[in-house]
Amino acid sequence: MLYSQGEMLEKILLLFCLSSALAENLCRPDASNGYKVRLSIKRALGDEAYVWNQDEMFLFRATLAFAMRNHLSGQDFQVSNILVCDETPRVSFWFIVTSPLDATRPVGKEDVEEAIRKSRSRINSAFLLTDQTLEFIGIIPTLAAPVSPDTPPWLIVFGVVMGSVGAGIIVLLVYPVVHKRLKKDEEEEELEEEEGEEETRRVKTMENGAAGDGAHNLSFTDDERFTQM
Amino acid sequence: MDKEAESAEQMQVSGLKEIKERPKWDNKVQYLLTCIGFAVGLGNVWRFPYLCQVYGGGAFLIPYVIALVFEGLPLLHMELAIGQRLRMGSVGVWNSISPYMGGLGVASMAVSFLVGLFYNMILAWILWYFFNSFQNPLPWRDCPVNLNHTGYVSECEKSSPVNYFWYRQTLNITSNIEISGSVQWWLVLCLASAWCLVYICFIRGIETIGKAIYVTATFPYLVLTIFWVRALTLPGATDGLIYLFTPNWETLKNPQVWLDAATQIFFSLSLAFGGLIAFSSYNTQKNNCEKDALIVGCVNSLTSIYASIPVFAIIGFKANENYNVCRNWNILTLTNAFNVGDENITLENYNDWLNYLNTTDTSEVKSLNLKTCNLQTFLDQSASGTGLAFIVFTEAVIRMPGSQVWSVLFFVMLFSLGLSSMFGNLEGVLTPLLDLHMIPSWMPKEIFTGLMCLTSFTVGPYLYLGLWKLLAGDFQQLRGIHATAHHSIL
Repeated sequence: MLYSQGEMLEKILLLFCLSSALAENLCRPDASNGYKVRLSIKRALGDEAYVWNQDEMFLFRATLAFAMRNHLSGQDFQVSNILVCDETPRVSFWFIVTSPLDATRPVGKEDVEEAIRKSRSRINSAFLLTDQTLEFIGIIPTLAAPVSPDTPPWLIVFGVVMGSVGAGIIVLLVYPVVHKRLKKDEEEEELEEEEGEEETRRVKTMENGAAGDGAHNLSFTDDERFTQM
Repeated sequence: MDKEAESAEQMQVSGLKEIKERPKWDNKVQYLLTCIGFAVGLGNVWRFPYLCQVYGGGAFLIPYVIALVFEGLPLLHMELAIGQRLRMGSVGVWNSISPYMGGLGVASMAVSFLVGLFYNMILAWILWYFFNSFQNPLPWRDCPVNLNHTGYVSECEKSSPVNYFWYRQTLNITSNIEISGSVQWWLVLCLASAWCLVYICFIRGIETIGKAIYVTATFPYLVLTIFWVRALTLPGATDGLIYLFTPNWETLKNPQVWLDAATQIFFSLSLAFGGLIAFSSYNTQKNNCEKDALIVGCVNSLTSIYASIPVFAIIGFKANENYNVCRNWNILTLTNAFNVGDENITLENYNDWLNYLNTTDTSEVKSLNLKTCNLQTFLDQSASGTGLAFIVFTEAVIRMPGSQVWSVLFFVMLFSLGLSSMFGNLEGVLTPLLDLHMIPSWMPKEIFTGLMCLTSFTVGPYLYLGLWKLLAGDFQQLRGIHATAHHSIL
C-alpha cells in the first residue's frame, strides 16, 4: 500500500508539473491567444500611485474573470483561469484566458477582446486608471461618442448677437422719425400757444393803446443763424 | 442795392447750407481715436511681429523708424492737412488740387471699396471663431470622431485638429486655387452678421462712428494689456521674446528689409486710401493737424511694438509645449520598448538613459525612430496673417487654462481692430459720394449707408469665388490688386 501511495504521489506530482508546464507553455509573450497589458500608474495618479504587487495582480485576474463571466454567461471563470506571465517593472505583462471546462484550452482571441471591450470601464475603475493609462495592446478603446447638442452652440451665440444688432438698427432708424414727429407736435402746440398769447397781447395792447409791440420780432433769430460763420 | 443784398443773402444761405449739412466731430478725442483706430488694425498684431522676427528682431526697428520718420509721418501730415483745409473727400480734394489729378481721388475711392469687400470677410472669419468659442471643449481641440467611433477622421489625424478646423470646418478649402468651391452657408451667416455690425456703427456716418469708436479703439488696448500679463507668466514666454528681439544686424544689408519696412509703414498707416482725408475733412480748418499726424503715427508704431510682445510670448509658450510633447513622446516610446519602470525616465535624465540604452541595445533604439526635438524648429513655425490668428494662436489657447475666456477675448479684440479699420474704408467711399452729391436728396443717409453695406455684402462673395477668375483678363493686374489688397490687411 505504501508503494501504491508513493506511485500515486509521483503521478500527482507529474500531473501537477505537466499542467503547470502546459500552463506556462500557454502563456508566453506573443502568444496567439494572449494579450499584452501595460499600466502607467505613476503617470495617472502621481503622488497617490499605489505599488504594483501580487495582490494587485490578483485583483486584475479577478477583474478579468469577471469580465469573461459577463460576456460568456453561464461559464464559471475562476481566477485560476487567467494565466499571467512575463511581468516587467514597467508595469506590463502578458495574459491568456483558459476555459473553465478545460484548463489546457485557451479561450479564443475574439471572445476575450469582446469581453474586455464590454467591461472596459469597470476594469479601468477597479484600478483608478483610464483607457490611456491601462492599455490592452491590440484592443483599441471605443472612443466616447462626442456630445453633439441639437442646436450647435455657435448658432445660439449668432442668434443672440444678430438679435441685439437687429434691434439696435431698428431703434436707430425709428427713433429720429418718432423724435421729429414728437417735436413737430410740440412745436405746433407751442405755435398755437404763442399765437394765442399774441392775440391776447394784441388785444391787450389794443386795449392799452400803443404801449408796446406785441408782434414776435423775427429779425433777431436771423442774426443768430448768421453769426455762426 | 437790392440786388447786392439779394446776392449777399444767397451767398450766406448757400454757405449756411454747407455749414449746416457738413457734420463734424463732437470733440477732438473722437477724431483722434477714429484716426488711430483706422491706422491700428489687424496688421499691427499679425504682420509687424512676424516681420520683426524674420528680419532679425531688434535690428528691424531701425529701418522701421527711419521709414516712419521720412515716409509715414510726412504723408500722414499731408493727408490730414489737405482733407482739413479743403473740407472734402478724396475725389474733391484731388480735383481741387489739379483736375489732372482727379483720377487719384477716384482710384482711392475704388481701392477703399474693394478692400472693404474682402476685409469684412476676415471679420466674418473672426466672428465665426468668436461664435465657436462658447463651447467646452473648444471645437479645434480634438479631431472629430469618424462614423463608427473607432478612430478619428483620417484627414484630421494626418495634420492637426487646429488645421482641420481652419481648413475644413471653416473654409472647406478646395484642393486647388483653380477649383472654385461652393458657398459655405455658415460663412455667409457670419458675413451677414459682420456687415450688420458694421452697419449699426456706420449708419449715420461719423455721428455714429464717433460714438462707436470710444469702444472699438480702446478695447484692443485693454485686451492687449490683459494678454501681456497672461502671456508673460506662461512657461516658455522668454524663449519667444528672445527669439523676437535678438538683433541680427546682417539683415540690414538686405535691401528687401528696407523695402518691407517702407511697405509696412505705408499700409499700416492706411495712407492713400482716402479714409484719412475723409476723417479730417470734418474738422475745423484751424485744427493743428501736424500734432495730430505725430500722435497718430507714433501711437500706431508703438502699438505694433506693444502688440508684438504678448504675441511672441505666446508663440514661445506654444513652441515650448510642442517641444515637451515631442520629448515626452520619445520618453514614452523608450519606456514602452524597454519596459522600464513608469516615469523612471524623465525630461532631466532622458539623455543619460538614451546613452545607456544605446550602448546596450543599439538596434532596438534605432528601430524606434525617435524624433529629434529642437526648440528652434518649433519657434520657426511662427506665422503671420491668418496663420497666426487661426492656427498658431488657437493652438496656444487650448493649452492655456480657461481657454474659452482667452479665445473670446482674443477674437473680440481682433474684431474691434478690424471694425475700426473698416470705418475708414467705408468713409473713404461715403464722403466722396456725399461731396459729389451723387446721393438723391430724398434718400436719408441711413438708407444710403444701408444700401452700401448691402451691395458690398452681395458683391463680396463673388470676389472670392469664381467671378474673380472671370474678371481676370490679365493675371498681372489681378496680382497687383491682390498685393495691394494683401498689404492693406496691415
